[in-house]
Amino acid sequence: MLEDKDRIFTNLYGLHDWRLEEAKKRGAWNGTKDLMAMGRDWVIQQVKDSGLRGRGGAGFPTGLKWSFMPKEVGERPHYLVVNADESEPGTCKDREMMRHDPHLFIEGCLIASFAMQAHVCYIYIRGEYVDERNTLQAAIDEAYAAGLLGKNAAGSGWDFDLYVHHGAGAYICGEETALLESLEGKKGQPRLKPPFPAGAGVYGCPTTVNNVESIAVVPTILRRGADWFRKFGRENNHGTKVYCISGHVNRPCNVEEAMSIPLKQLIDKHCGGVKGGWENLKAVIPGGSSVPCLPKDICDDILMDFDALRDARSGLGTAAVIVMDQSTDIVRAISRISYFYKHESCGQCTPCREGTGWMWRVLERMAIGDATTEEIDKLLEVSTQIEGHTICALGDAAAWPVQGLIRHFRGEIEERINSYRNDRPHVAVAAAE
Amino acid sequence: MASRRPAKDQPASFDWTPENKAWCEEQIKKYPQGRQASCVIPFLWRGQKQEGWVSIPMMERIARQLDMPYIRVYEVATFYTMFNLAPEGEFFVQLCGTTPCMLRGSNELREVCKKVIGEEGHVTEDGKFSWLEVECLGACCNAPMIQISTKDGDHYYEDLTPEILEDLLGKLARGEEVKIGTQHPGRHTSDPEGDNTTLTDPSLYDGSRAQPLKEIPNSAPKEPAGQ
Repeated sequence: MLEDKDRIFTNLYGLHDWRLEEAKKRGAWNGTKDLMAMGRDWVIQQVKDSGLRGRGGAGFPTGLKWSFMPKEVGERPHYLVVNADESEPGTCKDREMMRHDPHLFIEGCLIASFAMQAHVCYIYIRGEYVDERNTLQAAIDEAYAAGLLGKNAAGSGWDFDLYVHHGAGAYICGEETALLESLEGKKGQPRLKPPFPAGAGVYGCPTTVNNVESIAVVPTILRRGADWFRKFGRENNHGTKVYCISGHVNRPCNVEEAMSIPLKQLIDKHCGGVKGGWENLKAVIPGGSSVPCLPKDICDDILMDFDALRDARSGLGTAAVIVMDQSTDIVRAISRISYFYKHESCGQCTPCREGTGWMWRVLERMAIGDATTEEIDKLLEVSTQIEGHTICALGDAAAWPVQGLIRHFRGEIEERINSYRNDRPHVAVAAAE
Repeated sequence: MASRRPAKDQPASFDWTPENKAWCEEQIKKYPQGRQASCVIPFLWRGQKQEGWVSIPMMERIARQLDMPYIRVYEVATFYTMFNLAPEGEFFVQLCGTTPCMLRGSNELREVCKKVIGEEGHVTEDGKFSWLEVECLGACCNAPMIQISTKDGDHYYEDLTPEILEDLLGKLARGEEVKIGTQHPGRHTSDPEGDNTTLTDPSLYDGSRAQPLKEIPNSAPKEPAGQ
């Protein structure tokens, strides 16, 4: 169980002032210049040693990602682009960091950019976060006025400009290359990789794209030491993490906890338990809508980290825990997620563009039972034809929730189909012919 | 994919207000020379705030301004769902209907919108309201929620019930002030209802964390800065 003294986001709930003076009191911008004076190799090594894995969903080691940038700056400048296009259903953590603790985040942008030799960083924030964008911009203006950004940022000798850019309502722009396309003023359609952004990213220049949380935790890691961060969580799953718990719990909330906390403990301790008690739990989507749901018996003792959830054939994703109690119509809940992916498919790859809509239409029929049991296998098969056959991971993200539903709740779908047919004898006869 | 087309009735022309024109010139400076196309989304958004929606003359104007082919601006305007391709009500209600909100009652909120405002995608006769179901707005710990866009801003209203939403829409119609953010009396933002389980230690806020660092952890071997 994480103690308050080990929490990084001390103003997660906005109970205190976000402005520079108060943020400094809480420890932001403390010794930034001295940390940067240790050199960029030291910064990258510390991030590597801390075991930090990307907080945007994929869980790629952040320090390693940084080290993919060219060692020397050539003709093309380096860029850091921060992915603040938080759109994964269930996820609402970056929003709180940006509007309540913006200075930790801005400081992280400076240190990370310095480590990757970028003089310019763009923050790509989702278009809907208008109030959050205004707060973030106001915090950046404060930092410029205080000499923490701009020429010789924070007295470090590093010139650094930080700009806020925004989207306009497209989930796909959370995919890093779609985000870069969007930042260049195009439709957000993912690029083929390679080339990877570290070779040719925004404007064809070496670029690293990181999630807000991955960047915002860096200054604190450097100040308190990689080993401090590393001591939380299991091997290969280190650090603290902001979890977003929504759905059927008594007290939904965001909370910063240690990695590898048992799911049940997370829900019981911070969210007042599942509505109607733990026994009333039906399923949990543990990492945002893209990952397969888990039924109660797995939830009983599962740990919230990358490896444990992968082993349970789900994923930590963004650590957005969506809780569903026994009252939930799980087929409809997953069907609504399928509608989301149909709506958000960029239309570039045929399997995703056509397949997401097809899956949604079948699920809508299954939700009322107007289907045949053979169609369950067909749905599963189509989902595997989408998965892995698209440029970006949106196809996978659309397929996984459907696969999770069939894996764990096939009986429920069959029951519904049978009862629909029993109520309509003529349908059953027609199917038998 | 969402199928989106511009409105049939288009205005004859579009131009920036002097204030917005100056704003545009400032924005272009954020991007490297020759990369002014990056401004297309911010410009369209600003234009939408000025006019209430994105018209074809606006797209043409922005295309000239950014030295882009018109079709590229059109592509962007039709791809991104926050651009209104037809006029919306003075209060444009965007109801989040994705699963986390659905689990906590967005279907009931949809009925309230239908009852108070009318059919989805239509503006009320007095021009005051229109509503649309949108995809996840990223405030899932405060579900269900809506965003209301006006010329002056775009705010979230969270932790709604059908009663609260109906009351809120009534207040807006009467021109009364409405609290932004969570409507739950026991919450501040995304903290749990009632007493918080974390961030209660006063030493986090007494300035002790701002003490100069005694030493930097793992600080040897040292390298010169600014390489």
